[in-house]
Amino acid sequence: MLQAENLACRRGERVVFAGLSFKVEPGEAVLLTGANGAGKSTLLRLLAGLLAPAEGRLLWQGADAFADRAAHAGRLRYLSHADALKPGLTARENLGFFARLWGGDAGAALDQLGLAALAGLPARVLSSGQKRRVALARLALAPAALWLLDEPTVGLDAASVERLGGLLARHRAAGGMVLAATHLPLPLPDARELRL
Amino acid sequence: MRGFGALLGREMRLAIRHPADSLAAVLFFVLVAALFPFGIGPAPEALARLAPGALLAAGLLAALLPLDRLFGADAEDGTLDQLLLSGMGAAVVALAKALAHWLVTGLPLLVATPIAGAMLNLATEAWPAAMAALGLATAFLSLLGTAGAALTLGARRGGVLLPLLVLPLAIPAVIFGAAGIEAAAAGLEARPYLLLLGALVAAALPLAPLAAGAALRVE
Repeated sequence: MLQAENLACRRGERVVFAGLSFKVEPGEAVLLTGANGAGKSTLLRLLAGLLAPAEGRLLWQGADAFADRAAHAGRLRYLSHADALKPGLTARENLGFFARLWGGDAGAALDQLGLAALAGLPARVLSSGQKRRVALARLALAPAALWLLDEPTVGLDAASVERLGGLLARHRAAGGMVLAATHLPLPLPDARELRL
Repeated sequence: MRGFGALLGREMRLAIRHPADSLAAVLFFVLVAALFPFGIGPAPEALARLAPGALLAAGLLAALLPLDRLFGADAEDGTLDQLLLSGMGAAVVALAKALAHWLVTGLPLLVATPIAGAMLNLATEAWPAAMAALGLATAFLSLLGTAGAALTLGARRGGVLLPLLVLPLAIPAVIFGAAGIEAAAAGLEARPYLLLLGALVAAALPLAPLAAGAALRVE
């Protein structure tokens, strides 16, 4: 269970959000919504441990999540705006690097997002939607308890959104949690909304 | 350790796909060395006297060239976030980056050392010492430079700030390296100087990645 207690974040002099408390149970999905600049991406970075909260605590199974940062990083997958692909490497090589870190099979993960035919192409020639799918294929590599997704469906076609839906459903059925920031409808049935 | 190997393998693969960075550093090194004979004029002895220091300075400047993109490209395309979340620790990421930088820019410079040495009229018996000194000095610079690149990441004029930060710290490497080459050229023992240079590398080996790791984590 992930529990945020009174989280606050400051960027420079500006308070992005404060007094934020919520709970996410296994299998649950939370949609982060709010206007541009409301702090959705910032909250995801904070939950990932890439930013330190100005105030408040984040608890994982009742214990401080940031006490052991490596362990916290090990139980989450973070998908940012950027796809984290190297243009000079092929889709398979890009994913293969993460497969070596986390385990799993790059070919099978690409297959799950319908990218098998593009696996040998350098990322530089892929369209932005295809790049997004390669980034999403990282989620299919190896299980992790918590998925933090920042606008996961930007640039995706309908078929790919459906594939992502299947991926999300399997993750939740296995007791995984999802926090997704979005402006678009996501294939996440009965997701709770958290408005920033 | 698995992460370290994966990251190093990936950096090497990227360097092989884009050999221009290594090539640019080598050409820069050779060209700087080639400028000295033109500046000194017809005085081979004066040139040989300058050669050790000139080799070291040219080598360090060449190795400095690709440093400002060491973390910049990864930060822009989101890879850095993933690396920091990979569980291998920011210092290990920095160490892999430093080693990759040395393999991609420092090592190719050693191959070009005889060419640069010949242009500077360096005695042939000093060439092995010159290669050893340059190898160690560039390793020292790779480590310092990784810490510098991590510190200046996100700074508006990072490309200018980085050499200002790193080169003063590299002065001991120039002193010991040049002294070693000079000793070898005079037929003396270069070993003590190279050992001192090795001690610098040994000191920077744990410290620089730790500093770089701390700088990467702070945002």
